[in-house]
Amino acid sequence: MKRREFLTVPAAAVGGTLLYTLAGEPVRLQAQTGTVKVPLRFFTAEEARIVSAACARIFPSDESGPGANEANVVIYIDRQLAGPYGRDKYRYTKGPFVESYPEHGYQGKDNPRDTYRAGIKTLGDFTSLSPADQDAKLRSIEKTHFFQLLRTHTIEGMFSDPMHGGNAGLIGWQLVGYPGPTMSYRDEIDKHFGQPWRPKPRSLEQIAGRRGNPWEDEQG
Amino acid sequence: MTNLKPVDVAIIGGGWTGLLMAKELTARTSQSVAVFERGIPRRLQDYAVTMDELDYNIRLRMMQSTAEETITHRHSLKDSAVPVRQHGSFHPGTGVGGAGEHWGGASFRFLPDVFTLRTHLTQKHGASKLPEDLSVQDWGITYDELEPLYWKAEQLMGISGKAGNLRGQKIDGGNIFEGQRQHEYPTPPLKHSYASSMFAEAVRRLGYHPYPTPAANLSESYKNPDGVTRAGCAYCGHCQRYGCMIGAKAQPTNTLMPVLANRKNFQLRTQSWVRRIVHKDGRATGIQFTDARGEEFFQPAATVVLASFTLNNTRLLALSKIGTPYDPATRKGTLGRNLTHQVGGNTRVFFDKPLNAFMGAGELGSRISDFDGDIGFTGAEDGLLRLGMVALGSTGDAPIGSFGAMPAGESKSNWGSEWKKAALKWKDHSASIGLSGEHLAYRQNYVDLDPTYTDKFGDPLLRFTLNWTDHEFKQREFAARLQQKIAREMGARFEERLPARDRYNVINYQSTHIQGGAMMGTSPDSSVVNRYLQHWDMPNLFVVGASAFPQNAAPNPTLTVLALTYWASDAMIDRYFKHPEKLI
Repeated sequence: MKRREFLTVPAAAVGGTLLYTLAGEPVRLQAQTGTVKVPLRFFTAEEARIVSAACARIFPSDESGPGANEANVVIYIDRQLAGPYGRDKYRYTKGPFVESYPEHGYQGKDNPRDTYRAGIKTLGDFTSLSPADQDAKLRSIEKTHFFQLLRTHTIEGMFSDPMHGGNAGLIGWQLVGYPGPTMSYRDEIDKHFGQPWRPKPRSLEQIAGRRGNPWEDEQG
Repeated sequence: MTNLKPVDVAIIGGGWTGLLMAKELTARTSQSVAVFERGIPRRLQDYAVTMDELDYNIRLRMMQSTAEETITHRHSLKDSAVPVRQHGSFHPGTGVGGAGEHWGGASFRFLPDVFTLRTHLTQKHGASKLPEDLSVQDWGITYDELEPLYWKAEQLMGISGKAGNLRGQKIDGGNIFEGQRQHEYPTPPLKHSYASSMFAEAVRRLGYHPYPTPAANLSESYKNPDGVTRAGCAYCGHCQRYGCMIGAKAQPTNTLMPVLANRKNFQLRTQSWVRRIVHKDGRATGIQFTDARGEEFFQPAATVVLASFTLNNTRLLALSKIGTPYDPATRKGTLGRNLTHQVGGNTRVFFDKPLNAFMGAGELGSRISDFDGDIGFTGAEDGLLRLGMVALGSTGDAPIGSFGAMPAGESKSNWGSEWKKAALKWKDHSASIGLSGEHLAYRQNYVDLDPTYTDKFGDPLLRFTLNWTDHEFKQREFAARLQQKIAREMGARFEERLPARDRYNVINYQSTHIQGGAMMGTSPDSSVVNRYLQHWDMPNLFVVGASAFPQNAAPNPTLTVLALTYWASDAMIDRYFKHPEKLI
């Protein structure tokens, strides 16, 4: 049996401690300190640390606002890889596998799990590199299928509903001023022309009053 | 194989066409009707917690699983096809309602000259001036014949719009280029967004004629002639690729199922995957299907209606060995001919002010038809035969898909600090001016069964042989110039360049409007079904859907698909059931 692995993340990221402001600048309300342990579904703790560091270079925490670390993007990716998407349950995976034109997309046999497992190995001692060297390393694999998945998943983890594990504390939605799924804009759609209208974000669970049904939790 | 009790009519596919056919047949005849749907049941209440961009808009949770069945594609006869391993350029639906659950809601009538395109082009240009490989055909039906059925379909769904040609009277604010209609739309147009209002004002200043996209997303609460009431749209921005959680977007489950649920001569079997139409001596005897547990059944039926998605209509005919497969070398055979998609092409436009673009509706938008068909052509357009509509829609931007849109040159990389900063600067400041272009049919674009790849049962996949031609490049270039002219008038930033002359690409979404394969027409030598959608070779088999279109028209196909379904059901009810033989 696989030993259960955990990733230690800042408590603030899972505690919903970020306050929304009209200026669109997330401000830390509570200095919630310490860390929490999140159980991993697919990655080993070491793999998660490497992926986490890479995501933080793709979507950095910097002067323009929080990034992949605050949003817990690595937790999002871990769950996606553990679920049906990660093992290609819904992708056509019959052979023969042949290379074709770029217009035919990814034709490979490897599922996203395989691609990550192999891709992480190519990053080597990534966590011990300086940010500049990390960027150079990522730049060198920019054209690979692995990097393209990683970049796509980082954006997904920033901005998908928090039920998927990322966008912790709705930090991604606060960053871009997205209000989340909303039942009605009937009285708003033809107002605010030319003016930013930024209602406070709410998650699917908050608006629906019940837990969502994320695909990655599908069994079988 | 288990034999089931015979039914009068077996309908393959539980989407718009199959369920509309079932509604008409069960209302107006005593025929026992059974619909076979390969996917799961879907209900309004399922959609309350599906407003999730990741699972529905990106992972495409409502679509047919490519693991079970997909298509293969090659650009020409010289290439070998490879499978479309993940959905890209179009999105076949599954489950009750089919793609009618997750469509956007665009509900256009086609221009009258679309239905007689071969005649129209020949008269206008002379046969010798048309490209040698052009295989467009007349439909065998006219706009005037379909007009009352277009109206029925508009009433069924409560289409929101504004007439532009009411009994010959041109009305400002509607599409003045449309064919004559006898009735105003059932409900008024949807509201404008900021972006669509800017588009409408700009094109009006340029002398064009903007009109609101006719939409199945109701602008207000509406009760249809069947007594089904639906709510007005909430502009939540979750239409295309989602089911509507309030039923404001017409979907088979909220428009047809409430009526069918009470019909005694109707039954619906879900998770029933029809594998073959069984036939003997030129007549269908029933259908063979596999259920969710892998058990096989034979359902005897006096009449079979094949009403699945375009692709599966053609594929099932081919798998069942009904009709003669098309051979592009000899141009003999009809099954699989005239595969068409839709010609798209966008100009991304950027504004100084935010758009609040997260609000929207599937077909909230403004458009012009000043260049639809060959309207507005001066004769100077070298080799351009047909164009289409140019539009700006506000469908509801979602945060993952819209992140990173920025004018060219704003960031060297597409990741990292500089990119993030630029993406945040331009977030919610961009929209897209699109083209919905007519895709003409060519002899080399067709479908047949793939020799290599198979579905989950081991049956051959459908193979696309499809590529863009010079005409589509000309359409995109003409449209790009027009879009840039509009963008300039809107005061937007945009990239001043013509689109690349790229090959057909199966990765980027274009539209789910695939036409042809089992086309209708006036002769069995050049079509699969007659003008009543009855198979030329098999009188008790009707093949309904966009598979019957000889070629694509510029607008989206659903309303025409529904009008044709009414047309076919009228012929069945008024004539065929009385004497179930060839109608022509």
